Amino acid sequence: MSAEAKSSVLPGLRLGRVSFVWRPWIAGVTLLLAAVTFLLFCLSIGIGDFPIGLPQVIATIFGHGEPVDEFVIMDLRLPRALAGLVVGIALGVSGAITQSVARNPLSSPDVLGITSGAGAVAVFLVTVSGGTATAIVDSVGLSAAALGGGLGTGLLVYFLAWRRGIDGFRLILIGISVTAVMEAITTWLLATADIRDVARAQAWLVGSLDDRGWDEVRTALWCTLALLAVVTCVAFQFRPLHFGDEVAAGLGVRYTRVRAVMLLCAVLLAGAAVSAAGPVPFVALVAPQVAMRLARCPTPPLAASGLVGALLLIGADLVARTALPVSLPVGVVTAAIGGPFLVHLLVRANAR
Amino acid sequence: MGLAVLVVILVVAGAVSLAVGARALSPAEVWHGLFAAPESDQRLTEIRLIVRTVRVPRTVLAVVAGIALGVGGALIQGYTRNPIADTGLLGVNAGASFAVVSAITLFGLTNPFQYVWFAFLGAAVAGVVVFGLSSLGRGAGNPLTLALAGQGVAVFLAAMTTAIALTDQAALNALRFWNAGSVAGVGFGVIWPVTAFVAVGLVLALITLPAVNLLNLGEDVARGLGVNIALSRTVGIVAITLLAGAATAACGPIAFLGLMVAHVARYLTGPDYRWLVPYAGLLGAIVLLVCDIVGRLVVRPGELDAGVVVALLGAPFFAALVWLGKFKNA
Repeated sequence: MSAEAKSSVLPGLRLGRVSFVWRPWIAGVTLLLAAVTFLLFCLSIGIGDFPIGLPQVIATIFGHGEPVDEFVIMDLRLPRALAGLVVGIALGVSGAITQSVARNPLSSPDVLGITSGAGAVAVFLVTVSGGTATAIVDSVGLSAAALGGGLGTGLLVYFLAWRRGIDGFRLILIGISVTAVMEAITTWLLATADIRDVARAQAWLVGSLDDRGWDEVRTALWCTLALLAVVTCVAFQFRPLHFGDEVAAGLGVRYTRVRAVMLLCAVLLAGAAVSAAGPVPFVALVAPQVAMRLARCPTPPLAASGLVGALLLIGADLVARTALPVSLPVGVVTAAIGGPFLVHLLVRANAR
Repeated sequence: MGLAVLVVILVVAGAVSLAVGARALSPAEVWHGLFAAPESDQRLTEIRLIVRTVRVPRTVLAVVAGIALGVGGALIQGYTRNPIADTGLLGVNAGASFAVVSAITLFGLTNPFQYVWFAFLGAAVAGVVVFGLSSLGRGAGNPLTLALAGQGVAVFLAAMTTAIALTDQAALNALRFWNAGSVAGVGFGVIWPVTAFVAVGLVLALITLPAVNLLNLGEDVARGLGVNIALSRTVGIVAITLLAGAATAACGPIAFLGLMVAHVARYLTGPDYRWLVPYAGLLGAIVLLVCDIVGRLVVRPGELDAGVVVALLGAPFFAALVWLGKFKNA
């Protein structure tokens, strides 16, 4: 809390129309997180059946590598690592936005319907192997079809919650309802389906980074970059919303529009993540809470949340690939690491 | 007054629940099945068997579990002061699922009757661990810490459950039925002990209600008015764990019910927990019973599990109430 008190007397930085308050602790933590994320990203590329040293990895990424390294890295390992990075950032930022808008730390984009909608559609397509379902999977692929379902559900939640603007509390309760319906459908489909299909569906439901090629990653990457650009622009008007609608309006923020744009970005970011890795659970819930405690902010910091998400996902993928005796999807490992880490932070904060 | 209306609705629903099913029975037949002495008539003996061993147990269980989840849902929202808190928040559901899956993998259990005690043990241990973690250190029992610690533990247990289920097909097979949440197929051998746990939980819950009211005025105010915060919170969490744990052990995880009826009850009674909690309990019993009845009717001769129906029917209804602006951010 001392960092907070100090930051109020520290001078601002101004570059043309853009101004910041200089908060050394938050900036330092964010930069450190970025550095660690980059390091882990390169490590995760280097480690595998054909180990490559860290310097070679960095050289190759920037285009000065040996031909052999270049093939292994650019064609085989980079897509997977990039998928982890993009999905982690997208989920972390999406979670930070959701928790800020709802002003409730228990909310996450899972509540916005994307995850459960995508899950229900995927399970439906896997378990009901009929004419139309098979045709859909064959023509667009399971992940794309599921993403369509997820985005459809997300937009449904968004429009159902719209009543003269978006209200955080209403959004969350509507989201919980729609999610409950989708999960009930999933449960029912799983309970009535053939057990072999169930195993396949269950594996998809956890989210995975296995066998990710450039095709899957490229779309998610560009979508995430574009959305992050929008989020960055709107973020300056987003901060005052933490003080309540009245104060925000007094500061000249069109709070209805800002909130609507940010939430739409959160929905689409979660969608981009689902398109690349399936519905990886819990990252979006845990990352903002961890980032808040690391950066000592009263509200989820956007950039740090994204980086923590990426760190969590890449780290979990590394553990899943190298340290575990059985092959498990990254979603399982993410939750197994993220849950206890959150508890650890809470206990440590309590003890202080 | 409102409570009396709810009790009448519950009794009617209970009567309907005895009559409706794969084989529809007339009121006279139900009456006969319940109270008549055994006879030699083949048809009447069959009816007696259906009513006594199938319909009565599932009706009783739906009422007991519904009350437990409704009261538990209202209490957890009161103690965490978070309107989206659900009974699953203490890690109870995740703990129960994890215990069931581990028991199947380790001991090769095949009969759902054997799961129940593992499920209850898992739920109780998870609840105690969450509460213990959130009570360490100076910020003991901070509602936000409790909620987040619960999420953390639940997340971890769910991951372990999935990991086991993905590597062991027998466990996955059991898990998918367990997850649906059903009040059917459990005998009185399970129902009596579950009812006993729920009863203890209810008594503890009722004792703490005045304190919950004061806690919702803020901790400082509550302390100033003479509430022993640590004690009342401990009793409350124990009550929630008993209620949710027992209900989950017998039925499997039934999500959304506690959250939904807590909000409806708050809308009907206002913020006084001494009224809100009894309303939530009765509403929970009514909703679960009605959903079980509907589940028996829609896909005849098969059945839809009560937990699935609760979400499919309850959620749209709840969403409509939300949209109409009936609920306040408590």
